[in-house]
Amino acid sequence: MSANFVALAYLVAAVLFILALKGLSSPISARNGNMFGMIGMAIAVLTTLTVTQNLVYIVLAIIVGGSIGAVVARRIQMTAMPELVAAMHSLVGLAAVLVAMSAFYNPVAYGIAPLHASNLIELFIGTFIGAITFTGSIIAFGKLSGKLGSKPLTFSGQHWFNLFLGVVMIAFGIMFTVTESWTPFLIMIVLALALGVLLIMPIGGADMPVVVSMLNSYSGWAAAGIGFTLNNNMLIIAGSLVGSSGAILSYIMCKAMNRSFFNVILGGFGGEAEVGEAGKVEQRPVRSGSADDAAFLMGNAGSVIIVPGYGLAVARAQHAINEMSNLLIENGVNVRYAIHPVAGRMPGHMNVLLAEAEVPYDQVLEMDEINNEFADTDVVLVIGANDVVNPAAKTDPHSPIYGMPIIDAHKARTILVVKRSMAVGYAGLDNDLFYLDKTMMVFGDAKKVVEEIIKSLQH
Amino acid sequence: MSTVIDPVIINLTVFVLAVVVGYHVVWNVTPALHTPLMAVTNAISGIIIVGAMLAAGPEQLDAGTIMGLIAVMLAAVNVFGGFLVTQRMLSMFKKKSK
Repeated sequence: MSANFVALAYLVAAVLFILALKGLSSPISARNGNMFGMIGMAIAVLTTLTVTQNLVYIVLAIIVGGSIGAVVARRIQMTAMPELVAAMHSLVGLAAVLVAMSAFYNPVAYGIAPLHASNLIELFIGTFIGAITFTGSIIAFGKLSGKLGSKPLTFSGQHWFNLFLGVVMIAFGIMFTVTESWTPFLIMIVLALALGVLLIMPIGGADMPVVVSMLNSYSGWAAAGIGFTLNNNMLIIAGSLVGSSGAILSYIMCKAMNRSFFNVILGGFGGEAEVGEAGKVEQRPVRSGSADDAAFLMGNAGSVIIVPGYGLAVARAQHAINEMSNLLIENGVNVRYAIHPVAGRMPGHMNVLLAEAEVPYDQVLEMDEINNEFADTDVVLVIGANDVVNPAAKTDPHSPIYGMPIIDAHKARTILVVKRSMAVGYAGLDNDLFYLDKTMMVFGDAKKVVEEIIKSLQH
Repeated sequence: MSTVIDPVIINLTVFVLAVVVGYHVVWNVTPALHTPLMAVTNAISGIIIVGAMLAAGPEQLDAGTIMGLIAVMLAAVNVFGGFLVTQRMLSMFKKKSK
């Protein structure tokens, strides 16, 4: 088939990918959008099949990989989405490295022989981004799935060592573009693989939403980089879409944590948090109550806003909380949920967990959409969240989280906080919200407390 | 000045335009769907499968084509896994049934 036809088919696929992303502007259009994405990918793959030989092997490889992917997609728990996404980034990274090595091994197959200096530079860039994505994502996967400790692993002079390694890697990359030989190419790959490990190891568990977004971005840039080498617009366009998407998500996550991107990448926050946890929390009187009290307050309220955090998912209380809010709605209470951007382990994670528990998405509002309404709200139920409702972010310029956008739970008439104990959150900070006169603490496991509230509401 | 445009410049043009489009489209994604966005971009970055298929394309099997085939398999995990898990997630987002 002619190269022109292939290029036109790629153009159609590229437009379909853009429509797939555009669809995600609302849950209604998103399903069609995903369908567009699948059609686009099918067009790209089938068109490419017409210009390749070895059809049997290629189709076999697609079937094997595709079946693994399909089974995992069906079985994966929604709480494990961050691990799945990290694992998938690593596959793209490794695939990019393999394609680059293959392109260097046999440039004729891609119609790019003889290799120009520009091809070699592009090859070098695509390869090292792919290699860093590969090992970095494996480490992120290990941390998210709990196979590796989530604590940041640091050693003195680490940043200088990484910088040194990066410079040496670039030096070998340049040597590769000049000599066109395998030795510097392979050394460069090994150094990039090591760098991927070293860059992600020092980053703490709390910062994983940023890391996952960043690796998402890298996986796109790696594909785009390979596209440059192969003069393949399909790879360039799809890779760039993914790259910019991941970059925007990283930016949103950093902003929601009030931290700069470099601050996250260079690690350190996780370390501070440990010191904070060890530090003393001053003893102040709190008002505590039972689940029955909480049920009474919410049952008689006109409006309730639920502020869920990742702790809710850890306690597997999503379904119970939906049952509770349905009971309240039956009693005529206006119930809504307020989601902070960093609630959960990846961007938008909390929304998926609530959707899985069949909470209708029109009851679930983003922080910016609902923050103005707390002053007119009777009861706020904070459950499994801590730092994101800490008013110190607004009032105390000395607080490490000062400036971080928070959910304005403290403005409500009554505040209920479900918590295991008075222990501090990620940031290792005491939370003034807990000591307000209008706050009632309900101590206990989130799921048990919510189930008791349900029982009490049913009477 | 030469009259033929270097393919690098054409690639760069496509790249920059795609980044601009991506930037605008992604800012319009509702935060509630950021996790499906990551899953679907995972699937889309599986587009590396196209490069992998080209690598696996030449008839004689050698190191180059075998690396290509492995890459095809890895990318296929992403393509299928990514789109299907996105579909699964999106089917959970429901409006109030009243």
